[in-house]
Amino acid sequence: MTSYQVELQEPGRGRRSFTVSERLELGRECEGMLVDDPQVSRRHLALEPRGEGLFVVDLDSANGTTVNGSPVSGAILLQVGDEVVLGETRLRFEGPELEPVPAPEPARSAPSTVSLTAPGSPAPAPPGSAAPALTSAPPPALAPTGAGAVRSTIALHPREALYEQVGPGPVGGGDLTEELLAECTWTDELVNRAGIPIVDCPLVTVGGGLGSFALVDFLRIAGVPADQIRVLSLLEWPHQTYQYLAEASQIRGVDRLRSDSMSRIDNIWGFPSYALEEAVRERTLAPLWRVLTEPVLSEYYNPKAADMYSGVEREARRIGWPSMLVAGQVRVVRPRSGGGYFVVLTPPPGDGPTKRIAHRARFVHVAVGYPSLRFLPDLQQYRATYNDFYRVVNAYEQHGHVYEALDRSPGTVVVRGAGIVASRILERLAEGRERGSQTQIIHLLRRKVDGPTGGPFFRRPGGDGFAYQPFTYAKAAGSGQLRQRAMRLEGQERADYLRSIGGTTTSKRKLWQDQLAKGRAEGWYRLQIGEVQEVGPAPDGQSVLTKVKTGDGSTVDIDADFIIDATGLEGDIRDHRLLSDLLDCSGAGTNASGRFDVDQHFEVRGTQSGDGRLFASGSVAAGGYLPPADSFWGVEHAALEICDELARLGFCRHVGTVRSIRQWWRWMRGVPI
Amino acid sequence: MTPTLRGRIESRLFLLGTVGVIWTAWISAVLPRPAMASVGRVYGITFRALAFMAVAGIAWELIYHGLQQLRWNKDWPSLFGLLTAINEGVVTWLALHALNVMPGTSGWSSPLRSMFLIFFLTTWLAIWLFMQGPLRVVVLRWRFEGGRIRL
Repeated sequence: MTSYQVELQEPGRGRRSFTVSERLELGRECEGMLVDDPQVSRRHLALEPRGEGLFVVDLDSANGTTVNGSPVSGAILLQVGDEVVLGETRLRFEGPELEPVPAPEPARSAPSTVSLTAPGSPAPAPPGSAAPALTSAPPPALAPTGAGAVRSTIALHPREALYEQVGPGPVGGGDLTEELLAECTWTDELVNRAGIPIVDCPLVTVGGGLGSFALVDFLRIAGVPADQIRVLSLLEWPHQTYQYLAEASQIRGVDRLRSDSMSRIDNIWGFPSYALEEAVRERTLAPLWRVLTEPVLSEYYNPKAADMYSGVEREARRIGWPSMLVAGQVRVVRPRSGGGYFVVLTPPPGDGPTKRIAHRARFVHVAVGYPSLRFLPDLQQYRATYNDFYRVVNAYEQHGHVYEALDRSPGTVVVRGAGIVASRILERLAEGRERGSQTQIIHLLRRKVDGPTGGPFFRRPGGDGFAYQPFTYAKAAGSGQLRQRAMRLEGQERADYLRSIGGTTTSKRKLWQDQLAKGRAEGWYRLQIGEVQEVGPAPDGQSVLTKVKTGDGSTVDIDADFIIDATGLEGDIRDHRLLSDLLDCSGAGTNASGRFDVDQHFEVRGTQSGDGRLFASGSVAAGGYLPPADSFWGVEHAALEICDELARLGFCRHVGTVRSIRQWWRWMRGVPI
Repeated sequence: MTPTLRGRIESRLFLLGTVGVIWTAWISAVLPRPAMASVGRVYGITFRALAFMAVAGIAWELIYHGLQQLRWNKDWPSLFGLLTAINEGVVTWLALHALNVMPGTSGWSSPLRSMFLIFFLTTWLAIWLFMQGPLRVVVLRWRFEGGRIRL
């Protein structure tokens, strides 16, 4: 039986997550989950897992129940991300719970990666095993697990689990055959022989996240009809994975992203900018003053996360995103004999007569986001050995229980990493202190940045362990002279250059800088520099011990209740099944940074198939000629380059001045395309 | 958007040639002028001033570009782009006198003072405002290509 993950937020209280595996009532005084909200009826609603998914049923409550704002009558099937409101309490449906993975030899065989939305990533889940719920209760004393279950992957798109729970294939067959897997280039006949139905569509984008969205937005504005484009995705909305990662790393809707005013993924012109829109909406000149004086007289303006999400959703509706969306997980993309490609999709279980569907496309765009996220090796080893997902967490997975526990009782937390995620986590911990928690923070780093680095022409600010930079790359790497420089470099030279203008940096914002200064002064925030030797349970089994070798050769033991890995290590593209297959079969190669080697138009070099072209954008195309490829700016820039290239190939119109102005005016009025 | 040197120069020339020309063509007719100057004379002065801003602008951009080499982000706040009206305005005023485009004294008592001030500052403001947003709509690729004008 599938279990479902639900997050509950009562008025004025922290969020809590719970798992629903059988009918569960919610109310002020019911037999199920008690909700602390006077507006909620004694027995308010029920959550009911049925074959198709999780349903919500209102139990004739006094104030009613809504799903995404619409009142509930009868049983409503919840979609991932749906918001159910009862009284002033909100429920968010997170999707099916991932099931544990058997790990025969935990310490060695457990994969060291966290899988992302990753169509094609190996998300294993044997049917029938029980799903562990993430509870707020600390686990019993820690001991190495024998052949116990180890949940080694974190599905960032919960629905992914569904695809792996399929038992025997549907009756109709239509699966990938040995013959197909063995052949890199497929003929139509080969696919027909396997019984896989073929759907024709000129352009297919794989991923359906922000990278796909940016391209589709450009193409629709360039006049490509919706029926010429298919988005193969596990997501319903383009910002879903982004929002998941942001929320896991404690960036809520009201918080600001590390992005600039003009990099609007929902507006190809970047005008009106986020700052202008915010200024008009909130009737204040402050955002405009920021963009006019940044970064000298004020900090860089950053948009609010919620504004970015709502903008993307609005634009997605305007361009008919839902009509282009095909639900499913892409398994492989193979060149087609005679030109173009086959994109093989696993549709949702029970959705069609066959196990796979092939899209036959002339153009394929791959934008699947991070291939994977990794834990620091010592932490991964600890998690795999001791099966402890309570005390050692990744900033990119849901770990609200850490803050809840620290809010309840004093504790020590180790934060690792010095990037944007780390500074946000530290900010969140400091917020807890402001509300009265007694948390001790130990910030553990391998190296200390204790001042500005670089020469007079290349001086990057830094201090207190952090290298400061408002964005992932120095700003001029997006369009200015640093990008020009990157365009002239090849191979290892370019990789080295990108490292020198990128690397691990964070945005120096006054708020958290002040908080940490206070923490240093009051002694609750401490920086520890050194190499981690080993991470293991403390003798009493109630905390985690990190052995650190410091610069002078001595060893320090850090005893902590929690460790948060905020390094955000990105995995190799080999971690991703689809990308790995492309390397093996399509002629794609990697650049010196280990990502797909793309040309200036984001075409993956070596993958041309007759008149077909394969493009990639986002994280998988990092390390190329555009340094910030994996950013809002980067995926938009890539979309423009790809769109221009497709115009040269005759697929769409070139967006010139007249079309640009006319389309902009439509955007301003919200006229659908 | 951080421009490249070439982008800075292309943007300046493009904006002077479009927004600058349109604005000048209109405002020159309504600028306050001393009794001795005809409307034709005012047009002669303002369009020559515009031409000078284009030519001298290349030198200015080289200077600004040089200064920005000292900055990590290779750019400065948008507002500075507005404030450079001061140095460029003073140099344009002096140069137009030196080149005999504008007659008489270059001192504060010049009868052409208010005409020039209104012309220069409004033209500058129009160009600057256009660059803060509408240009991105007219030239879609402008912001991605470091300020270059690729239609």
